[in-house]
Amino acid sequence: MGDLSAISSNLLYAAFVIYLVATFFFAGAIRDKKTTSPDRVGKIGIILSIVGFLTQLGYFFTRWGAAGHAPVSNLFEFITFFGMMLVFAFIIMYFIYRINVLGVIALPVALLIIAFASMFPTEISPLVPSLQSHWLYIHVTTAALGQAILSISFVAGLIFLIRQVDQNKKTKQTFWLEFVIYMVATTLAFIIISSVFSAFNYEASFEAPVEGQPVEITYEMPAIAGPFEGELISDGAMSPLFQAPEWMRGVDAAIKFNTMIWSILGGLVLYWLVRLVLRKRIGSALQPLLRKANPEIVDEVGYRAVAIGFPIFTLGALIFAMIWAQQAWDRFWGWDPKEVWALITFFFYAAYLHLRLSRGWQGTKSAWLAVGGFAIIMFNLLAVNLIISGLHSYA
Amino acid sequence: MNEITCECGHVNPEGTVLCESCGKPVEDNQHLNGNENQTLLNMRYDGSARRSQTYNRTFIDKVWNFFSSVKVGVWLIVITLIASAIGTLLPQEMYIPPGSDASTHYRDQYGLIGQIYYQLGFHNLFSSWWYMLLLALIGISIIIASLDRFIPLYKTLKTQKPKRHDQFMKKQRIFGKTESDSIDMHLMKENLKKNRYKVTEEDGSLFAEKNRFSRWGPYVNHIGLIVFLLGTLLRFVPALYVDEFVWVREGETKMITGTEGQYYIKNEDFILENYDENDERFQEAIMRNGQPVPKTYQTNAVIYERTDDIVVGKDPELKEVKEAEARVNHPIKFENYTLYQASYQQNEFNEMTFKLHDMDDEDSSYGEFTIDLDDPETEYELDSGHVVVLGSYFPEYELDDGEPVSVSKYPRNPAFVFNVYPPGESDGEPEVSFAGIGANVDGSGENEFKVGLVDFDVRDVTGLTVRKDYTLPFIALGGAIFMIGVIQGMYWNHRRIWVKPKDNGVWIAGHTNKNWVALKREIEKSTKGTGIETPVDQQELKD
Ligand code: HEM
Repeated sequence: MGDLSAISSNLLYAAFVIYLVATFFFAGAIRDKKTTSPDRVGKIGIILSIVGFLTQLGYFFTRWGAAGHAPVSNLFEFITFFGMMLVFAFIIMYFIYRINVLGVIALPVALLIIAFASMFPTEISPLVPSLQSHWLYIHVTTAALGQAILSISFVAGLIFLIRQVDQNKKTKQTFWLEFVIYMVATTLAFIIISSVFSAFNYEASFEAPVEGQPVEITYEMPAIAGPFEGELISDGAMSPLFQAPEWMRGVDAAIKFNTMIWSILGGLVLYWLVRLVLRKRIGSALQPLLRKANPEIVDEVGYRAVAIGFPIFTLGALIFAMIWAQQAWDRFWGWDPKEVWALITFFFYAAYLHLRLSRGWQGTKSAWLAVGGFAIIMFNLLAVNLIISGLHSYA
Repeated sequence: MNEITCECGHVNPEGTVLCESCGKPVEDNQHLNGNENQTLLNMRYDGSARRSQTYNRTFIDKVWNFFSSVKVGVWLIVITLIASAIGTLLPQEMYIPPGSDASTHYRDQYGLIGQIYYQLGFHNLFSSWWYMLLLALIGISIIIASLDRFIPLYKTLKTQKPKRHDQFMKKQRIFGKTESDSIDMHLMKENLKKNRYKVTEEDGSLFAEKNRFSRWGPYVNHIGLIVFLLGTLLRFVPALYVDEFVWVREGETKMITGTEGQYYIKNEDFILENYDENDERFQEAIMRNGQPVPKTYQTNAVIYERTDDIVVGKDPELKEVKEAEARVNHPIKFENYTLYQASYQQNEFNEMTFKLHDMDDEDSSYGEFTIDLDDPETEYELDSGHVVVLGSYFPEYELDDGEPVSVSKYPRNPAFVFNVYPPGESDGEPEVSFAGIGANVDGSGENEFKVGLVDFDVRDVTGLTVRKDYTLPFIALGGAIFMIGVIQGMYWNHRRIWVKPKDNGVWIAGHTNKNWVALKREIEKSTKGTGIETPVDQQELKD
């Protein structure tokens, strides 16, 4: 048992490294320089992507073997799976359109997602009764695949925007593009900060009242915001600069709030460091790298990703979900936040498809919509679980 | 009707933008598809005559035009989307702790925001009249928009002819002129066929078409949505839908609510099993969880059918239908009913045994009595002749402002007020005392006797949802039609290629409703070796 789960973690680690290397190959392939044969480099990139994907599949099935159930049942497992599906979706789109530039953005996004997933508890968890169903696998895998393919439209949209947004003057578009880049920096900051403090086994315990009872709350990062009316009980830990507001109840609320502050600040530091080194907007610095991307094709890739992803998403996240909910909870639909956000995603992409029917929504507008769609998918994945959480709070 | 006769001889209905047959733009109607001053034709619905673009006089026209607008449809979807998102910010009323009062809960928990949320009805958004109205408007919009487009589009695609007007050809996005006298039209035709196009010919003009059926995808999926929405409306027909709940104690046989007295259930055993904390695989996760993780909730039940006529007060004659287990994810099905393992209550009190003894001597005894908590008697006569009368019974006792109250009718924390009458003094003043779990209060402070708990017996209770749902097939049908429709419309594209011989060569044009890259690739493959030059994409995005 233990062996299998050790092999599994190593495979995931290997896949991560392979994706990273593949990214460099794709980055090499889109350089303008006339190297011997730029497409050879791209080919190595895609082959590595496939190898990485197979390695991650290896992680998936060995972990399945170790747990006795498909590893899609907690946040770590689900987000990792989503990252894997993103790579899969990228591979599909690559073979349809054969553009290397897609890999330059898609793989880093997948890398970021997988690294992000590893910040959550990674141990194998038992399945509570409502999850003991084949529909767990069927529903979660198709929903994640659908979301992943839809996310490729975000990847294409981002490429389109970096390539097309006029960087000569400061506009709303340059601002929001920088904001998207800043969000990436925030995620990266979260990963770095969590990893560093967990490497040092940092702990700061507080005693704070939760629903009237004194409870011990343990932070794994120095507390910028301590729990409301909390008292620091660990020695040598930093005392908080201020307290979390009173309405953040529950054991974890203040911890999450504190983590968020760290990430936002860390993101700002990272973003501005890079920006000061570059001495211009990051979007503007990236623009020349994507010169070779044909905006017409990138736009079509984005649209196509929605066209392919929408039916899969509907099937997995709504129809299979309803079948399962009918079996497990006696109602196919219960207006649980996770369900509602799946419906919102569905409505959003339905709106996207209808808007694309009319003139004038191609190109830039579509690309922004794709960014919005991805924000909704991420919101459903994270915010709903970590903040709003309802019945589905496991994944 | 002002019909429009095209120069090709075809008679088009009023409002036509492109001749149904040859595609020649109808001069006066180009504004309808926004073609004026455009180098390329807007090929939406092939320029067919749509009612919404043609008539705008009567009130009905205006309503029709409003709902058939995709802009309006998108707005409706976006408004619904935003409302839904707001509806998830705070928990819906059905998810707030049972027993709390919504009118104060939101204010107390979330302050002013909560108060506003509640006042605007967001706490019950998804059954509010205006959310329903939004869905209904979307439904109406879908129907009208689809009819407005489907019928003329269908007619136009059926009427189209291979030979197209020059104007039509030139203003296609994919267009090319080849000037050459060695063009192999026959090979072109063969190539197109090899690429699985259906090819027709007229005066030497070729027309290749594939996947026309994919154009019906949106209409099919819209029908699916409508069936789905209607299916959910059927819920409101009582005969089609039963949603009840039944609590059954272990050992108890009970009528199943919602079955009109027809079916009974016996709870043989309720099983709650947790994961083994020593299971190597899950140890860490269970530790992190801090409490046991449940593995199974299960009711072992027997279902009975009543065989005699239903007479009030008469004990039913029961025939066993089946023995079955209800587990989460594995409901019990019988006839058209489904029983879901939905809830449970462990260690509910079943029987409590008390004894009457002297206030200051626990070992003395005037006799014992046992109260069946489902069916307590009003008085108990003891061997010694003492009579204990049940003054009050609180199944789930709590103190509310110093007053004892029962918060439910389930014996989860039973408490009693006992009136004790010594032998032969049943007309006199009784001694009053209060007894519950861990509580025993002397009513007057100078009681001679005490009623003390000696024993009790607990059991589990299972909570099952009872469902009968004849609307599910409709809803499933709607979902299936929707899926067929989206797949049909998304995974196939309607592609057309026109080749028209000219005096000194040919013209070629192409159109698809999606996926231009594939169309271009197929044109390139088909023209190979025919002498026809690869046409260009006239709509490169401006950098
Ligand atoms: C949530 C509800 C809806 C869903 C899921 C939905 C779904 C779809 C889909 C998937 C398509 C195909 C798009 C494409 O091929 O690119 C489509 C097309 C279309 N939809 Fe909807 N739709 C919805 C609501 C509406 C509404 C409210 C209207 C009203 C205006 C509408 C009007 C149309 C029209 C006119 C088309 C184009 C038909 C064609 O190209 O022949 N839809 N719809």
